[in-house]
Amino acid sequence: MTVINTIRGIGHRIINAVWRIGVAARFFFLTLLYSGNSFRRFHLIIKELFSSGVMSLIIIIVAGLFVGMVLGLQGYETLKRYGSESALGVMVALGLVRELGPVMAALLFASRAGSAMTAEIGLMKATEQISAMEMMAVNPIARIVAPRFWAGVISMPLLAALFSAVGIFGGYLVGVVQIGVDEGSFWSQMQAAVDFREDILNGVIKSLVFGTVVTLIALFEGFDAPPTAEGVSGATTRTVVTSSLAILMLDFVLTAIMFRGA
Amino acid sequence: MSPPALVEIRDLNFTYDKRPVLQGINMTFPRGKLVAIMGLSGCGKTTLLRHIGGALKPNRGYVRMDGQVMHELSPAGLYAMRRKMGMLFQFGALFTDMSVYDNVAFQMREHTDLPEDIIRSLVVMKLNAVGLRGAQNMMPSELSGGMARRVALARTVALDPMLIMYDEPFAGLDPISLSVIGDLIRRLNDALGATSIIVTHDIQESLKIVDYVYFMANGVIVAEGTPDELRASDTDFVRQFMHGEMDGPVPFHYPGADYRLDLNLRA
Amino acid sequence: MERTTLDLWVGMFVVAGIAALVFLAMKVGNLGTYNVSNTYEVHAYFSNVGGLKPKASIRDAGVLVGRVTAINLDTQRYEANVVMSIDKRYQFPKDTFANILTSGLLGEQYIGLMPGGDTEMLKNGDQIKQTQSAMVLEDLISKFMFSKAAEPAAK
Repeated sequence: MTVINTIRGIGHRIINAVWRIGVAARFFFLTLLYSGNSFRRFHLIIKELFSSGVMSLIIIIVAGLFVGMVLGLQGYETLKRYGSESALGVMVALGLVRELGPVMAALLFASRAGSAMTAEIGLMKATEQISAMEMMAVNPIARIVAPRFWAGVISMPLLAALFSAVGIFGGYLVGVVQIGVDEGSFWSQMQAAVDFREDILNGVIKSLVFGTVVTLIALFEGFDAPPTAEGVSGATTRTVVTSSLAILMLDFVLTAIMFRGA
Repeated sequence: MSPPALVEIRDLNFTYDKRPVLQGINMTFPRGKLVAIMGLSGCGKTTLLRHIGGALKPNRGYVRMDGQVMHELSPAGLYAMRRKMGMLFQFGALFTDMSVYDNVAFQMREHTDLPEDIIRSLVVMKLNAVGLRGAQNMMPSELSGGMARRVALARTVALDPMLIMYDEPFAGLDPISLSVIGDLIRRLNDALGATSIIVTHDIQESLKIVDYVYFMANGVIVAEGTPDELRASDTDFVRQFMHGEMDGPVPFHYPGADYRLDLNLRA
Repeated sequence: MERTTLDLWVGMFVVAGIAALVFLAMKVGNLGTYNVSNTYEVHAYFSNVGGLKPKASIRDAGVLVGRVTAINLDTQRYEANVVMSIDKRYQFPKDTFANILTSGLLGEQYIGLMPGGDTEMLKNGDQIKQTQSAMVLEDLISKFMFSKAAEPAAK
């Protein structure tokens, strides 16, 4: 009997998970469908760009600077063994532009802006603001969800680019200014090795994908949260956990598609 | 014959998770009147309001508003119908990320192309009607419970709806705010020529202002009448409810096992 | 917050983000040093390209002048056909010599150009006739061994 119950439990979970994915996909579709309004009234998106983009600036810049500085230090120690310190710029730049920029920025975005979105929408639901909007004949997906979604999609590549740029500057500070790697070879080798389409554009594509997925998870969890205090806090936690896992798994898939054989 | 009522509910049945919530409800809300639906917590009052708003589909029966059956409307038709309704939620449900002014202006901006200076005059008029013209730049978090309820009331009537629904408008208010809100509900209804439905369990306050009352218990209507008829009623349930008696048709004890057995006493 | 302050902050954020992207493209990447639209293509046959890859740099006197765009095997000649696109600002004589070189001991391979003395310049679609293939370590070793083996017999 216990075996049957276990199997039944597994089946139940799988059905639930599939059902949830279906609901999330429908939610995504509706968000796209009702996006017209937010582009006609662009100030709705601007308001959300402030709370998701501008409010994430400080954490992105500080984190980027330190990650770049650590890359500079570690990279120098490793490259010195092979006598190729001049490749430090290449290492820092490729590491940031291809991987760390998009991934770290997305992780920080998920925990800074994503969790705030979930909590905000969950609370709007708990205090009946969403029902009130529906009763006023205003579609809450068009009015609340769509502007936040597009703000997230627009913010993410910009934040990732800022993260990489500041990180390269951090690597420059440690490598060139502090340790004394030759400045000319730091930049010229970087420019010779980093390809615009292959590296930078792919990094931007990655961050666009991450931005879409993280924002969607955050909004869906908020919209789907049970309208209670525990419901909202649980949904906020799920946003951070689910989107972090999604970022790391998607990063592997995208890297495999983009950089294999290159 | 009197003109047709604005809202008619006929034989409304609704089951949630196999549990019957509403059974054979018949109600009539004549134009221009203020009607209260009273009952204990969890008797299906809020579910009934959601049916009138078209948010739920009944299992049997219908809600007809202004000649149209709510659950047969297309999404566009439903939204058009909702623009003729206003609903005041239990705790106001003000949009917390907007100022008082923007809350009241919300529907005007969403549904009309009025220029900003006309919206401004309308918002000031609505806020003046609830006595909060001076609070237009405050955020909802800065308001007291009673003030928030009045702002929400101003927002509810922003587009001069023909039907106004109130979900527990008196919950959690101090005695002064309570009578202010009660008075406002009556005055707004008469000034706008609207029809109002109040869902509440505050008897004393609502009996002062309403024209007709339905009493609900466990998803059915147990009594109805004008306030005077109900005051004179000798039905057990109405008496218990009106006077807040502890025991009566609604028992004090939730059904459970025998008390002595629960205490492990042998009979 | 006032609409105008909000707009200002968001505007600054977007400008900073785009500036970062431009910085990445021009200063970190190769978009600033090498413009795809203003190039001409030439090709050359090598008997062995070694570790040369597409996008490898093409240099003359150490200056980056172009990139390798494609490497194919020509089945008629059984030689590697390397297509290069070179910046239009740099013109090379017809008898230019193309050489596969390695930067540093373990660095990546690139094509070094050595201009000849011809008065006619290379045009789009031309072939560089004189080439030298990549140094392959095994070939070097075997050459060395054979020459050593041949020495005593000559004496």
